[in-house]
Amino acid sequence: MASLKDLQNRIKSVKNTQKITKAMQMVAAAKLRKAQEAAEKSRPYSERIDSVIKNLASSMMNVGDTPELLKGNGKTDIFLLVVATADRGLCGGFNTNIVRKANQEILDLEKQGKTVKLFLIGKKGYDQLKRAHANKIVHNVSLKEERKIHSGISQKIGSQITEMFENNEFDICKLIYSEFENVMTQNAISKTIIPASVDLDASSPSPVSDTKLDGSIYSYEPDEVGILRVLLPRNINTQIFTALLENQAGEMGSKMTAMDNATRNAGDMIDKLTLTFNRTRQAQITSELIEIISGAEAL
Amino acid sequence: MSSTLKFSLVSPESELFSGEVIHVDVPGTEGDMGIHPMHAPLMAAIRTGIINVHLSDENVKFFVQGGFADVTTGELIILAEKACLIDDIDREEIKNDIEFARESLVSLEGEAALSMQQNLDGLQEVLAN
Repeated sequence: MASLKDLQNRIKSVKNTQKITKAMQMVAAAKLRKAQEAAEKSRPYSERIDSVIKNLASSMMNVGDTPELLKGNGKTDIFLLVVATADRGLCGGFNTNIVRKANQEILDLEKQGKTVKLFLIGKKGYDQLKRAHANKIVHNVSLKEERKIHSGISQKIGSQITEMFENNEFDICKLIYSEFENVMTQNAISKTIIPASVDLDASSPSPVSDTKLDGSIYSYEPDEVGILRVLLPRNINTQIFTALLENQAGEMGSKMTAMDNATRNAGDMIDKLTLTFNRTRQAQITSELIEIISGAEAL
Repeated sequence: MSSTLKFSLVSPESELFSGEVIHVDVPGTEGDMGIHPMHAPLMAAIRTGIINVHLSDENVKFFVQGGFADVTTGELIILAEKACLIDDIDREEIKNDIEFARESLVSLEGEAALSMQQNLDGLQEVLAN
């Protein structure tokens, strides 16, 4: 049986761990609130840009000179998967879920005989994916130095991706990240960003209804193609920006839950260890007493 | 006929303005425009410059760097790449941007050079005020 001193040390160390996890949980909670706010603030922009593109795309359908970012370059051979993960661990299954989704996509695509390239954002995804897919990784961006997600980051990544597309390095680009539903639930999802997936079903309501336009036609300044040429790369930036923000919120939510569990587990462990400690102590006292009494009896 | 225009200015980071206004001066890439209520539907790219929002009793000015203006009947939405209140501009950052624009102008040509020159002009104009 462990000695009293050992048990005492053990309890002290678990208590320290509990303090750390507790602090991490509170930090995550504070950051989560900020991340959620940021995600909410960015929503109007991405919604607007989405509806503007839908508008333009529907009016562009009868024009021949559609930019390739919108309709694709006609091939579906090379896929670029942009996998966005967190830079830090200790956040439960957050990173693993995204990586699992990415792995599944890679397998599916390879089964269809497609070539897959990987563009990784975040250190954890790189650590996990380099084991099996090191030869597929074309880029790896870490955001560890950035203290806050700002639109400059996504702009840099976005223009890198656009440039790769223009150099015909891939045909279709998919973005894999974690969608923030609530603190408990984050879903890893994959979304096609090149070509811009525009839902042109007749069933889906047009973002700007005819009544709003009074039946009149949009005029463009400069022309449609000129605007689309600027708008589409920006849309990619925005999608990445949204993904990064959602990821951040998800990471913090996941971390909060994980750390909450850890704190609780540490508490359970402290209770158990304290019980053992007291039992051992009492057993020791009892045996000492027995020794004294039997010694006195022997006299 | 309504005498006010619903105007909202959004940047990727936040929504900077939302409300009813009298009219808005917008710096378009093809020239400045004044958007009044009942403007015909229009989609325009905007350049670096100042958006002047006329409210019934005051003016609010914003500094924007690139983006789009989307006009539908009775509503104007500006999607700005970067935007802030004119009082909140960071002069140091603008100086850096000017430096960057000057450097990149050397290697650019054609349309890209034109838009970069526009950007540079806008930045200098803001700094001069």
